[in-house]
Amino acid sequence: MNKKGSRNIFITVCVAPALILLATFMITPTIEVFRMSMYRWGGFSNTREFVGLENFKVLWNDMDFIQSFQNSILLIVLVAIITLIFAVFFAAVLTKEQVKGGNFFRIIFYIPNILSIVVIAGIFSAIYDPKSGLLNSIFGVLSLDSFEQLWLGDQEIVIYSIAGALVWQAIGYYMVMYMSGMASIPASYYEAASLEGANGITQFFSITLPLIWNNIRTTLTFFIISTINLSFLLVKAMTGGGPNGSTEVFLSYMYDQAYTNSTFGYGMAIGVVVFTFSFALAAIVSRITKRDVLEY
Amino acid sequence: MKKTKGLSTDTLFRLFNYVALITLAVTIIVPVAWVFFASIKQNAEFYENPWSLPDGVYIQNFVEAFVEAQMGEYLLNSVIVTALSLGILLVVALPAAYVLSRFRFRGSNVLNSVVKAGLFINVSYIAVPIFLMLLDWDSAIKMIIGDPFFLNNRFILAVIYASTALPFTIFLLSSYFQTLPSDFEEAASIDGAGYFRTMISVMFPMAKPSIIIVILFNFLLFWNEYILALTLMPGDNKTLPVGLLNLMAAERAAVNYGPMYAGMVIAMLPTIILYIIVQKRLTQGMTVGGLKG
Repeated sequence: MNKKGSRNIFITVCVAPALILLATFMITPTIEVFRMSMYRWGGFSNTREFVGLENFKVLWNDMDFIQSFQNSILLIVLVAIITLIFAVFFAAVLTKEQVKGGNFFRIIFYIPNILSIVVIAGIFSAIYDPKSGLLNSIFGVLSLDSFEQLWLGDQEIVIYSIAGALVWQAIGYYMVMYMSGMASIPASYYEAASLEGANGITQFFSITLPLIWNNIRTTLTFFIISTINLSFLLVKAMTGGGPNGSTEVFLSYMYDQAYTNSTFGYGMAIGVVVFTFSFALAAIVSRITKRDVLEY
Repeated sequence: MKKTKGLSTDTLFRLFNYVALITLAVTIIVPVAWVFFASIKQNAEFYENPWSLPDGVYIQNFVEAFVEAQMGEYLLNSVIVTALSLGILLVVALPAAYVLSRFRFRGSNVLNSVVKAGLFINVSYIAVPIFLMLLDWDSAIKMIIGDPFFLNNRFILAVIYASTALPFTIFLLSSYFQTLPSDFEEAASIDGAGYFRTMISVMFPMAKPSIIIVILFNFLLFWNEYILALTLMPGDNKTLPVGLLNLMAAERAAVNYGPMYAGMVIAMLPTIILYIIVQKRLTQGMTVGGLKG
C-alpha cells in the first residue's frame, strides 16, 4: 500500500467515529429543533402538520411564556452582577493580599461547582424550609422574626431565593477564572503604583480591573449561557416552576411544553426563540463592553 | 499622625478581607456539613432545633436509602454509565483530536468548525429531540426484534453523554496537541513506525496531563448530569441524580427526611472525595478549559 493511501485510511479511521456521533446526537437534534418549531405536532394527535410561523405567533401572546421570559432576564441580570462583584473581589483578595490560608479558601469556594444541581436543590430546600430551615432559624435566634420568610412559597420572593442558590454555586468558578487573569499581571506594576502612593483600592481600579477586562468580557457570555441553563436545572429540581409559575424560566417552560405536555412543535418554537435570544444578548453585551485590549 | 491613620485603614481593610473570606467559607461549609449530620439523624430530631448535633449515628437512614429507595442500584447505574461514557469519549475523541490538530486534509477546516460550533449547543435544548429520535428508532426496531432497545438503555445513554462531550473534549485536546513539536512524529517515522503506532505509543502518552483534565471534568459532568438521564431513562435504570430527585419528592411527601439526606450524601460523596484528591489540577485545568455547561 502506498503512503498516501495509508494516510487517508488513518485519517478516516480516526475522524469518522467522532463525526458520526456528532452528526447523530448533536447536529441532527439541533436541526430538528428548528424544523419542528414550524410544525403543529403532539398534544392528543400524533399528526405533524406544517404551520410555518404559527407557533411563534401563539408564543407572542402566551402570558406564561412572557412570565418565564421576565424571570429569566431577572435571573441573568441579578446572578451576573452579584456573582461578578463577589468573584472579582475574592479573586483580588486571594491573589493580591497576603492572606493566611489562601489555598484553603480557594479549595472551599470551588466546592459548590463540583456538586450536582440536584444536590444543590436539596441543600437549598433545607436552607429555605419555612419551619426547620437554616435561614429562618438563624433569624429566629437573632430575634429578627420579621425577616423570616416563606423563601420558596412566597411568589414575590421565590425568584430571589433561586438567584441566591445560583450565585452560591457560581462564585467559586468565576473567582478561579479571574484569579488566573490576575496572576499574569506583573508585580512590578503594583510596586510602581505603591511608590507613587496609590493605595490598594486605587490600584485595583486602575491596574487590576483594566487588565482583566477581556477576562470579564468572556465570562459575561458564560453568565448568559450558563444562567439560562442552570436556572432551568435548578428550578426543575427545586420548585418545578411553582408556586403558580413564579419561577418558570425559559427552558423549564420549553421542557414542560415539549416533554410533559407533549406539544413538541410548540416547545421547539420556544427553544428557537431562547437560542436566538441568548446569542443576540451575548453578541450585544460583548459589543458594548468592547474596549481596546491593553498590552502588557 | 498621617502614618498611623494610614496604618489603621490598612488594618481595617485587612480585617474586612478576612471577615468576607470567612463568611463565604462558612456559607459553603455549613450547609454541606449540615447535610452530612442530617443524614445520620433520626426522624424525630428533624422537629427539634435544626442546629442541634445528631443524638447518635442513625445508620438506618443509609440502609433505607440503599435498599428501599434503590439508591444502591442507581449508584451502580451511575458508575456504569459514567465509566462507559468516559471510555467511549476517550476512544473517540483522542484520535479525532490528534488528527484534527496535526493533519491537513480535504474537509479538515469544515470539521474544525463543526467542533467549534458544537461548543455552543447545550444539552438542555436537544434533550427532547433526542428523546423523540430514540422513540422513532424504538418503534422501528420493535417491528424487527419485538422489543424496544434505545430508550432505557444505559449503553445508549453513555454513547449520548460521550457525544455531547465531544466538542469540548476535542477542542481541549487539540489545543494541547498543537503545542507539541513535530520532531517526535518525524523521529518515529524514521524508526519505521506507522501512523497508528506513532499516535498510540508516542503522541498519546505525551498528552497525559490534558487527558487527566479531560477525565476529571467529564467525570463531574457525567456523574452530575440529570436532564438527559431523566428524559431518556423513564424506566427502571435510573442514574443517581434522577433517583435522588425521586427520593427527595417521595420522602418529603412521607415526611421522612433522614433517608433523603442519606441519598444526598451518597450522591455527593464520590465527587467530594475525588475533588479533595485532585483539587489542584482541577482549578488549574479550568483555566485551560474555560468552558461551562
